[in-house]
Amino acid sequence: MNKPIHKPVAQTEFEQAERRWQAAFDASPGAARRAANRSGIEVKPLYTPQDASGTRYLETLGFPGEYPNTRGIYASMHRGRSWTQRQLIGLGVPEDYNARLKELLAHGASAVSLIPCNSVFRGYDADEVPEELLGTCGTVVNTVDDMTRALADIPIDRISCALNDPSPFTLLALVLAVAKRRHIPWTRITGTSNQSDCISHFVANHMFFRLALPGARRVLVDHIAFCNAEVPGWNPLSVVGQHMQQAGATPAEAMAFTLASAIQYAEDCQARGMAPDAFLPRFTFFFDISVSFFEEIAKFRAGRRIWAKIARERFGAKDPKAWRFKFHGQTSGVDLTRQQPLNNIARVAVQAMAGIFGGLQSLHTDSYDEVLSVPTAEAARIAVATQNVLREEAQLTDVIDPLGGSYYLEALTDQMQERIESIIARIDAAGGMYRAVEQGLVQRMIGDSALAFQKRVESGEQTIVGVNAYQAEEDADAYSVLEYPHRERIAAQLTRLAEYKSQRVNGAVARALDGLARAAQGNANVMARVVEAADAGATHGEICACLRRELGFGQPLAMV
Amino acid sequence: MPEQQPPKVIVTKIGFDGHDRGSRVVAAYLRDAGMEVVYTPPWQEIAAVVKLATEEDADVIGVSSLATDHRLVPKLMSALHAAGLEDVRVIVGGIVPPKDERLLLEAGVARVFHPGAALGEIAEAVRALTQARRKQLESST
Repeated sequence: MNKPIHKPVAQTEFEQAERRWQAAFDASPGAARRAANRSGIEVKPLYTPQDASGTRYLETLGFPGEYPNTRGIYASMHRGRSWTQRQLIGLGVPEDYNARLKELLAHGASAVSLIPCNSVFRGYDADEVPEELLGTCGTVVNTVDDMTRALADIPIDRISCALNDPSPFTLLALVLAVAKRRHIPWTRITGTSNQSDCISHFVANHMFFRLALPGARRVLVDHIAFCNAEVPGWNPLSVVGQHMQQAGATPAEAMAFTLASAIQYAEDCQARGMAPDAFLPRFTFFFDISVSFFEEIAKFRAGRRIWAKIARERFGAKDPKAWRFKFHGQTSGVDLTRQQPLNNIARVAVQAMAGIFGGLQSLHTDSYDEVLSVPTAEAARIAVATQNVLREEAQLTDVIDPLGGSYYLEALTDQMQERIESIIARIDAAGGMYRAVEQGLVQRMIGDSALAFQKRVESGEQTIVGVNAYQAEEDADAYSVLEYPHRERIAAQLTRLAEYKSQRVNGAVARALDGLARAAQGNANVMARVVEAADAGATHGEICACLRRELGFGQPLAMV
Repeated sequence: MPEQQPPKVIVTKIGFDGHDRGSRVVAAYLRDAGMEVVYTPPWQEIAAVVKLATEEDADVIGVSSLATDHRLVPKLMSALHAAGLEDVRVIVGGIVPPKDERLLLEAGVARVFHPGAALGEIAEAVRALTQARRKQLESST
């Protein structure tokens, strides 16, 4: 922390004023209270020009769209174009998803996203899993027929798709097959493979494990190479800090692990002979936004500055597009409470503002009832409306980086940067992110932080309104929760899958799956074969099963 | 089994979801509170949990659920009964809508903990359930 420089000569007017304030502050009630943010950075009661790094303006802040991008990655930021309202949706069968999607688009959402059913996440078809779990928190999509119904009437050549689609990226393969059937060239397909960061799954939310880590690592690089060549408007990589922060990492840790993962992926691409100026412009990031308002804004500004430096100096990228830290933000579900759930609307608004002031490119706002069940339609509408209010009523988009220059925020941005860079150095010393994860280092740090936070809540040091303070008697049945999909709809989906399998050209499917297996055994691009197999009629489960056989099944670490 | 032996508790997740913050935090807390904790990674098969409960002679099984996997818990209860482990207490923690909570309690689940539950409260429940189980076993022998 910068301290005012004490000169031996007569005090300056500033110093006299500061001392007067300090004395008055020290005599005030509550002056002894210490405050620290979630990343463990102690926060002073007041910041002044002595704290801010404004004297090196061009070097540390600069203008938006110029290195080091601290104030934003584009010249016009939200003043020119609002962030994308990208609400995650996933429920039921493809028709349910299509109906909810059209409703949200009519209410102002501006892009498509798709969360598949957990059975899909885990790499199985609907006919391989217990029926109770089908479509309860994501959409059942196994075949090109399912994807066709899910995207019915959606102009996929004009709207970008975010697919929650871990390795081996079968959902993208199905979207490309749909595009082919609609005669839409792949060069017009835009969007992001949202769950492509295999490290984050391995460390935190364990939603993939379709493949062992070395196999997933190889398939990811194949996927990046394939998309760069064939689907140039697609972002094949989204490096995910969200999983780790939701799992308990502090904001600084989550940012550091994410950047360390991005370094690892960039090194893997380089090792494959790809040029940083070619692949880095399509790297994107995905973060959690907690309710720790200033800390989150500082986290994003610091992350943007560090990434620009990494891209330019560590990887030698010359194209300014390669330095851009493009990110999607999602308001933190862990901050939401089951107690007095309507309070969550206020929390989400604060989280969303932190993300907006942090300069995000797209935003998902959580529904207030996510802690009760998969969101109801009404709660999902309120979440979209929250973004509309912030953008169009509160006028948050009028000024670029409006909190830039705040003595506190600039000092905090510097401190967050320091903390983040020291954690990245620790990961580097461990041999990079894959090694650090295999050794359990990252998991231990996250677990320790999760437990430490929970203990602060238990001790009352961290207030959670309605949980450890301001509690109220409540009726658990007072809020409606989303009903699970009707059994008949799931039964119809299973019938449809059986019909699909019996009606397709099975010879072509077998040949395509054989080609996939041979690609996995050799050096050919696996993603190209996944796309061919999906187009030939192979199901998601068949593609995953083939690669599980060839590349091994992943298992999480069993330690606490 | 002597009374002073600490509770033995399995902390696990069944089904497909992998969000394990809840199970990890609870497992670490119970371990720090002096209990013997057997932690499993997510997505255990029901049969594997039953086998583990038998081998470990667990007092309590804690099942964590974030994304509707609790819907499999009635199947776990039947499997425990079929294996003669009806004395083993089962608790569930996570996002469980009220209607489902009633179904779980009817299926024999001892307690359901929701987001915001205090760790101390969970630990107390595990102790009480352990004692109840051990008394039940003593009186039946």
